[in-house]
Amino acid sequence: MEFITQHPVLVVSLVKIAVLLFVVMTALAYLTWFERKVVAHIQSRWGPYYVGAHGLLQPLADGLKFFFKEDLTPPASDRLIFTLAPMLALALALTAIALIPFGPPSIQVLGQPVFIVSNLGVGLLFLFAITSMGVYGIALAGWSSNSKYPLLGSLRSSAQMISYEVSLTLSVVGVVLMAGTFSFNGIIQAQSGAIWHWNVFGIRHGGITQVVGFLCYLIAAIAETNRVPFDLPEGETELVAGFHTEYSSFKFAMFFMAEYANMITVSCLATILFFGGWLSPFPDSWTWQFYLPGALLLLTGIYTAFDSFVVLRGIARIQFAVFTLLLLGGGAICLHPAVAPLIQGPFWFVSKVFLFLFLYVWVRGTLPRFRYDQLMSFGWKLLLPVALVNLIVTALVIAFPWLGAHG
Amino acid sequence: MSLPLLLFFVFALMAVLGAILLIVAREPIHSALALIVVMVSLALLYVLLGAEFIAAVQIIVYAGAVMVLFVFVIMLLNAGEEERTNWSRMAKYVGVPLAVVFLFWVAHWMAHAAVGATAGYAPGETFVTPSMTADLSKLLFTTYLLPFEVTSILILIAILGALVLAKREEKS
Amino acid sequence: MIPISYFLVLSAILFGLGVVAFVFKRNIVTIFMSIELMLNAVNLAFVAFGRAWGQLDGMVFVFFVIVVAAAEAAVGLAIVITLVQDRQSLNIERVNRLKL
Repeated sequence: MEFITQHPVLVVSLVKIAVLLFVVMTALAYLTWFERKVVAHIQSRWGPYYVGAHGLLQPLADGLKFFFKEDLTPPASDRLIFTLAPMLALALALTAIALIPFGPPSIQVLGQPVFIVSNLGVGLLFLFAITSMGVYGIALAGWSSNSKYPLLGSLRSSAQMISYEVSLTLSVVGVVLMAGTFSFNGIIQAQSGAIWHWNVFGIRHGGITQVVGFLCYLIAAIAETNRVPFDLPEGETELVAGFHTEYSSFKFAMFFMAEYANMITVSCLATILFFGGWLSPFPDSWTWQFYLPGALLLLTGIYTAFDSFVVLRGIARIQFAVFTLLLLGGGAICLHPAVAPLIQGPFWFVSKVFLFLFLYVWVRGTLPRFRYDQLMSFGWKLLLPVALVNLIVTALVIAFPWLGAHG
Repeated sequence: MSLPLLLFFVFALMAVLGAILLIVAREPIHSALALIVVMVSLALLYVLLGAEFIAAVQIIVYAGAVMVLFVFVIMLLNAGEEERTNWSRMAKYVGVPLAVVFLFWVAHWMAHAAVGATAGYAPGETFVTPSMTADLSKLLFTTYLLPFEVTSILILIAILGALVLAKREEKS
Repeated sequence: MIPISYFLVLSAILFGLGVVAFVFKRNIVTIFMSIELMLNAVNLAFVAFGRAWGQLDGMVFVFFVIVVAAAEAAVGLAIVITLVQDRQSLNIERVNRLKL
């Protein structure tokens, strides 16, 4: 026990990392389920419904499939780099999530903030550093496969990622100017107070709405993570399967997970930079909002109870009954007045990230794909100048505060 | 052995191993990856020295852009030549020992330099000022304004030069 | 607490290894990479000295070294591409005539 009290930083950090890793991997798995369900409903069909109730065990089935599939390596490839590329992609994607604050730094255990794994003074810049290294995973994967289609796909994808990276970082500098710091806590602190202080509305002293920056960021982020409508390098009908043609089973699963982890990171960044992070949209004086998470959990528990007793049959019924008990128990715990204020930060953060992920999946189900030259000209000729203009206007407003909004 | 000292030795070992791998590797792509390892470990050493901003800039610009350029060129030129040089006798028997002696002499001189007195780095302590980015940019835009502007013109010239050089010339 | 001289010794070792790579390698691109290694070693020395004397000027110099190295890499690799198109080889011993 003395070890824990003598080395609080080490112990609390290790626990936080373990919990975060577990939560992120589960979220990745269920993000795939969520995407398949939503895209299916957009396309007027049902999506996974067979494996477990409402298809909820589908990610487990997919994981088992990836585990047991045969792991092929192309004969003439560079074996070291072939194995290294997906590991690099996944490692970088998961490292980026460690920089993100999930809640206020004031909630502490043993003197260490609970919801923040690492608190760097230049956190935003480091996050961009990690995402800019993500190009290597794709470039090396395509090259080490020693085959035409993956090489072409990976070169296109890398060129796309590098181009949109410039617009990504430029569209965010307006937010940094308004907050005066690169650290995530500072940026969120600058947006505290009321919902109109959030950067996307920007109605505070010496501020201007960052809606243009937000739109630029969103488009650049979709391109950066190689999602539809920018997924030409890896689409199923283009270039066989792009840079991961030659990958099978677990290595392919690592690329898959890396892509979804990048999606989660970018959504988290969007909420922190433009939508106030873990801040609540309601004023702090409205104390009824403390019961919101518990109420939501209880409502979901009642819905699943109805589902398990009336609609489902067999094993799915048992599974959902267990689920119901968990939800009702969790909801009851969250309604307890000692627990409710603590989970406010993470609850609002997770809800906003969830809305952004839904937006991602919605865009995927709706829009067609860009052609490669359209994609590149859009990135360089439209997005970059718009981001630059946003930066100049924001800088002018910061320099001459009477130009911007008041209060 | 405090934690910063231990971390220093870990990162320093990583950097030296990367540099040795750069020399020893047969394929240029492996040398490029080794150089990326060196750059990342140097960025971690900068964080250990409290220069977080420079560490982030090193990774974004050097490891994330310049080395991507190198990797692209190696991939596109298919630089798969394996190099095995037979070192000349002069290099083997005179050059390498002299180089090692020189290296130890420089390292000895540096280790006993007058700088050794000051400046360790305690865990949790950052660099001189907490807002390093702000102070660095103030310095950059006042004292070093002329080099800053000249460097931006330099980058413009480099872009134009690279474009002109790499365009395929029409053989008439 | 880490004495600054440790950083300087590391910088010297990296610089020495960069020189060795520069002298003994035959592939043009690898020689370029050894130049980058030498520049990185110098950057480490700059940051270490800046920290030792408590001045931010060391960091500014590192900033400029990084930018100039990036520009140099761009132009140098463009020259390499032109050379390879002409000679179809990356061996530096083939680059022994001034005319392209």
